[in-house]
Amino acid sequence: MSEATKDALPKSAIDYEAFEKSPRFLALKRTRNTFVVPLAIFFLVWYFAYVLAAAYLPEFMATPVFGRINLGLLLGLAQFVTTFVITMSYVTFANRKIDPRTEELRLELERMEQQ
Amino acid sequence: MNTLHSLATLVKPVENNPVLNISIFLAFVAITLVIVIRSGRNNKSAADYYTGGRSFTGPQNGFAIAGDYLSAASFLGIVGAIAISGYDGFMYSIGFLVAWLVALLLVAELMRNTGKFTMADVLSFRLKQGPVRVAAATTTLAVCFFYLLAQMAGAGGLVSLLLGINDKLGQSIVVTVVGALMIVYVLVGGMKGTTWVQIVKAFLLIIGALAMTIWVMALNGFNLSALLDTAVAASSSGADILAPGLKYGTNPLDFISLALALVLGTAGLPHVLMRFYTVPTAKEARRSVVWAIWLIGAFYIFTLVLGFGAASLVGADTILAAPGGVNSAAPLLALALGGPLLLGFISAIAFATILAVVAGLTITAATSFAHDIYGSVIKKGKGNPDDEVKVARRTVIVIGILAIAGGIGVQGQNIAFLVALAFAVAASANLPTILYSLFWRGFTTRGAVWSMYGGLASAILLIVFSPVFSGTETSMFGADVNFAIFPLSNPGIISIPLGFILGWLGSMTSTVKESPKLAAEMSVRSLTGHGAEKAVEH
Repeated sequence: MSEATKDALPKSAIDYEAFEKSPRFLALKRTRNTFVVPLAIFFLVWYFAYVLAAAYLPEFMATPVFGRINLGLLLGLAQFVTTFVITMSYVTFANRKIDPRTEELRLELERMEQQ
Repeated sequence: MNTLHSLATLVKPVENNPVLNISIFLAFVAITLVIVIRSGRNNKSAADYYTGGRSFTGPQNGFAIAGDYLSAASFLGIVGAIAISGYDGFMYSIGFLVAWLVALLLVAELMRNTGKFTMADVLSFRLKQGPVRVAAATTTLAVCFFYLLAQMAGAGGLVSLLLGINDKLGQSIVVTVVGALMIVYVLVGGMKGTTWVQIVKAFLLIIGALAMTIWVMALNGFNLSALLDTAVAASSSGADILAPGLKYGTNPLDFISLALALVLGTAGLPHVLMRFYTVPTAKEARRSVVWAIWLIGAFYIFTLVLGFGAASLVGADTILAAPGGVNSAAPLLALALGGPLLLGFISAIAFATILAVVAGLTITAATSFAHDIYGSVIKKGKGNPDDEVKVARRTVIVIGILAIAGGIGVQGQNIAFLVALAFAVAASANLPTILYSLFWRGFTTRGAVWSMYGGLASAILLIVFSPVFSGTETSMFGADVNFAIFPLSNPGIISIPLGFILGWLGSMTSTVKESPKLAAEMSVRSLTGHGAEKAVEH
């Protein structure tokens, strides 16, 4: 136990190791990770695919699509679009699947603390 | 000759209206000072001073995050980069935006739930306090200092454009005024005052950029293709400005290295992380990042229009020949569109940007020093929180003076690399430890210390031995001195993996066992927010 965590943490009777293994906490962790991790991998792969294309395939990126708008510009704007879409989908997910459950668990932890 | 003529007609009004520019800037200072003084009145506890009493809403904090993030480097720098290098400048802004997904998905809420005031609160939660806090404070101070110097130097450069002050003394006076104002803001207003300044500034900046964007689009019949047409026609590189390669074409690896640092650095910037503590709950932290993503994303789309607008309406040659160089693209575009009044407004915003970002960096650095080094290491967590705030205030003055001295010292130096270096250090030294401590149970004190010092040292050493410092015409020491054994200007591609590997290696070779109790507690707290916020009774 390190010295300065004392001031950060109130003394409590909660057995965190047991709580961490409780089915509901594990389920919350699993729900969050199965949504967030694939999404994080997706946006990183998609972003670096774009970066590699910009770095090594400039002619491909210069392919005109309509008028002066070329493929590179559209792919760049697509990065904006995916960023916005991922943001909104995460918010919807967190509001529906995460917040109600964390609130429940917090209540339970507070009750344990008062005992 | 043609260029010279257009330069003269453009620069003359700039020099003729310093009074207008100064009055608009003074109006901003007056308004924000009133806000800072009013909000500073209620600063009583350490939590008030460091985090504004956690009283900000998600949207307010989102504006403040956008304000912190859209520094002079992103506003003036990206518009200028697009105006000169076209598409390559645009790629820059994409990295800056996508980076926010790392913060949103992996870092913001968990950090908010686990820490109180600083990044080190989270990193040292389940590890040995002393060494981890000192290391985290060191990287925090390093990132803040690099960023600060870049902003202060930007202030000097900007003033030469706006006020026609080209001599060293005049620029030094302006740097001193900016530094002194910043000290007053942070001392009087604390985090609450600084946050309000950011909100006001972000609002003005985004409105200003939106207005100019609509103006440029209106001139081109709201047809992006037509705008690009005029930009191509005005450019000496022709249609090449619409495709990647103008700036990074000769060294694509350098661009990849930069892209890595941009996308992984944002979520490790201490002054951004600290913003997650100014809101009451994890849900508000999430809302702040969402607001920040929309605002920053919209802003970067504006810069795309503004950059190509500047290329077509002002012209790359005129921009490069102007006193502020690349950074003058946005102000010169404002002048071309709305005359001296719009120029004055945009320049005042740019100044306000520097002022506000510098204030945000300073309070972050001071908090880290007072809370992590003074409070937790020197006083072992047994000190009086009031003393801690006193130390923080004194640190603000010291940092302010250092920033002024540094800002004067680096004048005329090509220090644009400092912002990229700040991102590289954040990505190499901070992010690995943040991710490991949030997601990897086997992470140890040795891993954290190795990763933070290793990431910091490797990023700085690689920069010193890169073409940024020596070997080329644009290097700090010129072409005559050459000790550039590292070929890239961006260290990220080496230093970021190194930071991750050192964190893993240090943990694997660790002989000390970390407390499983604290690890379990951190995991429960980070996910549920227990201890950081009250459960709501229904």
